[in-house]
Amino acid sequence: MSAPAANCPNCGAPVHFRWSSAVQTTCEFCHSILVRTDVNLEKVGEVSDLPPDASPIQIGTEGVYQNKAFVVIGRIVYEYEQGYWNEWHLVYNDSTNGWLSDAQLEYDLSWQTQPPAHMPASSEIQWGAQFQSNSKSYTATSLTKAHYRGVQGELPFQYWDKSDLLFADLRTPTGDFATIDYSEDPPLLFEGRAVEFDDLHFKNLRLFEGWS
Amino acid sequence: MASSIVTPPVVKPKSLNCPGCGAAVEIRGFAHTLNAVCPNCLSVLDATNPQIEILQRFQRKERIQPKIPLGTRGKLANIPYEVIGFQRREVQSDSDVYCWDEYLLFNPYYGFRYLTEYQGHWNVVRVLGALPVETVSIGKPSVEFQGRRYRHFDSLQARTNYILGEFPWQIRVGDVVDDRDFVSPPYMLSAETTSGELTWSFAEYTPGKQIWAAFQLPGSPPATSGIFANQPSPYEGRPGSVWRTWLWLTVALVAIALIFSMISSNKEVFQNTYLFTPGSKTDASFVTPTFELTGRTSNVEIEVHTDLNNNWAYFNFALINEDTGQDFDFGREVSYYRDSDGSEGSPKDSAIVSRVPSGKYYLRVEPEMESRTFQSMSYELTIRRDVPTHLFFWIAGLLLLIPPIFVSVRAAGFEAARWRESDYASSTSSGGGGDDD
Repeated sequence: MSAPAANCPNCGAPVHFRWSSAVQTTCEFCHSILVRTDVNLEKVGEVSDLPPDASPIQIGTEGVYQNKAFVVIGRIVYEYEQGYWNEWHLVYNDSTNGWLSDAQLEYDLSWQTQPPAHMPASSEIQWGAQFQSNSKSYTATSLTKAHYRGVQGELPFQYWDKSDLLFADLRTPTGDFATIDYSEDPPLLFEGRAVEFDDLHFKNLRLFEGWS
Repeated sequence: MASSIVTPPVVKPKSLNCPGCGAAVEIRGFAHTLNAVCPNCLSVLDATNPQIEILQRFQRKERIQPKIPLGTRGKLANIPYEVIGFQRREVQSDSDVYCWDEYLLFNPYYGFRYLTEYQGHWNVVRVLGALPVETVSIGKPSVEFQGRRYRHFDSLQARTNYILGEFPWQIRVGDVVDDRDFVSPPYMLSAETTSGELTWSFAEYTPGKQIWAAFQLPGSPPATSGIFANQPSPYEGRPGSVWRTWLWLTVALVAIALIFSMISSNKEVFQNTYLFTPGSKTDASFVTPTFELTGRTSNVEIEVHTDLNNNWAYFNFALINEDTGQDFDFGREVSYYRDSDGSEGSPKDSAIVSRVPSGKYYLRVEPEMESRTFQSMSYELTIRRDVPTHLFFWIAGLLLLIPPIFVSVRAAGFEAARWRESDYASSTSSGGGGDDD
C-alpha cells in the first residue's frame, strides 16, 4: 500500500497513491483529475463541486469485512432522477479492490467479476429478469439510468464522461447482490452482498452534529 | 497541517425558509432530504434546490398531530433514531376508507427505518436488501424468506393524503403505490411497486408500550382496536402445547388406570348357578352363603349371567354385612330380545357397589319375572371383590379434553378475526371489522 508519490502537474501539490493499481486520482488541492501515464501524471480535467452529501463514509474511512481490512480510496457520485448515490472505491489489505455502494444509507459491497459468456443485452434486461452467474440466481430489482456527477480520489479506470448509463441491480433471496454496468460492451458485472452498517466495522467516519 | 486527508468538519444540519410563507423549515436528514414540508403552510419544498422551489401547495383545514412528534428520538435495538417525516396513507376498500400513519426514522449511519401505526397497532419496518421468493402455497400466493413462509394477506393501493417533515425521496400528497402484504406473525413482508421499481420491506409487530418506552413518550399508547394483519396471536403455539400437555396427561391417566387394574385384586368371592321359575308359590327370595370381603374398603361387583331369550327379569339385591347389618340395596333389570332384525339388551348384567368395607357378607337375591311366561330362567351369580373400574378415568379423560378444545377454538377465532380484514375474508362476514370509530 505504500504509495509512489508524485506532484500535481497543475498545482504542484504532492499526490499520494494508496493503491498501486490506481489509474486515476484527483488532486485534493486544485481538484484536477489526474491520470497516470507510464512516467507521469497528466491532467485530463477538473472536478466540479460535488453535490452536498451526507454519506457517513469519506476518503480514508477504514473498515473490515469478513476479516479483510479495507480503506476507502475513491468514489464516484452518480446522479439519477431520484437524487444521488455513492460508489465508494475500496482497496483491501491484499491489494484487491472493490466497491461499497451507499444509496440512502442502504449498503451493498461488490467486486468486479468475470461475466458469464452470455450477458443480457441492455435491451433485454428488464425488471424481474433472471440472471445466472457463479451459480447464483439473481433477479433484476431495479433498472436505473444515471450519469457520473463527480469523482474523487483513486479509481481503477479513467473516467469522467457525463452521459447517461444503464445500471441493472439484481438480488437473490439470501442477500447476494449484483450490478450489471452497461457503460461498456460487453457489460461489466459486479457481484457482492447487501450489508448492514455494523457488518463493516467502520473507523474514521464523518461526524454529524448532534449524533456523536 | 499538510496531512493528506483533512478530516472534514462536522456535518451540520441546515434549515430553510419557506418561500411561500417565510417560516423556518428545519432539516434533520442532512443532504439526504430531497423534499421537506413547511410546518406552517404545509407546502412541499424542494430541499435540494438553493432557490427552494415550492413543489406542491396544499391547504387543509384539519391539521394532523402525529402521535410521535417530529424531532423525537428513540432507540430501536439500541440504535438511536430520530423521527423526521410523517405521512398518512389511505386505502379505499369498497365504501370504506382506511387510514394509517407512517413515521420516517433516521440515523446518519444506520439509515432509515419506518414506524407504522393503524388503530393502535405498531410495526417497525425496514427495507430489505434480499429478495423474498414468491410462491404459491395451497392455491394462495405466498412468499418465502429466511426459512419462513408468509401468506398473502392483501393487495391494495395506498394513497398519501397528508405529509409532514422531510423525506429522502420525492413525495407529494396524492402519491399512489401498489402494495402487497404477506404475513407470518409477528412479521410482515410488503412489496411496494412504484414506477417499475420493486421494494420489499420487513415489518415486525411491536406493542405500542414498547414504542412508547423506546421514544420515551409521555402517557400511554393509544389502545388497540381489532386484530392487525401480523399481530401475534395470544394463542400462538398454545393449541399445540395444550394438546401436547393433554397427550401427556392422557398417557398418565391411562397408565394410572392400568396400575389401578393391576393392583385391583379382582377376586372372585362367590359363584353359584340358580334356577328361577316364575309363578311358583314359594317366596323367590333367598340368601347366599356368607363370603368374606377382604382388604381395603373397595367395590364389589355382582354379575348375573342369565339364559333369558326374548324375556326379561328383575333382580332385587341386597348386600348385607353379617356382623353390622349394614346393607347395600339395589335392583337390576335384565332383558334380552332378538328377532331377524337384530337384538336388544343382553342376557348378562353387572353392577358395582362401591365403597364396601371389608367383612363377612351375604347377598339377598329376589328375582322377578313376568309370571305368565312360565318359562324358567337359569342364571349364574358371580361376586367379585375389588374389581378395576374405568368410569372415573373416562370422566377424567373427557374433562381433560376441555382445555385443549377451548384453546383451539379461541385460537381459531383469533385467526378468523385476523383474516376477516384480509382479501380472503369470507363474503358472509362483511361487518366483521366492527370496531371502526
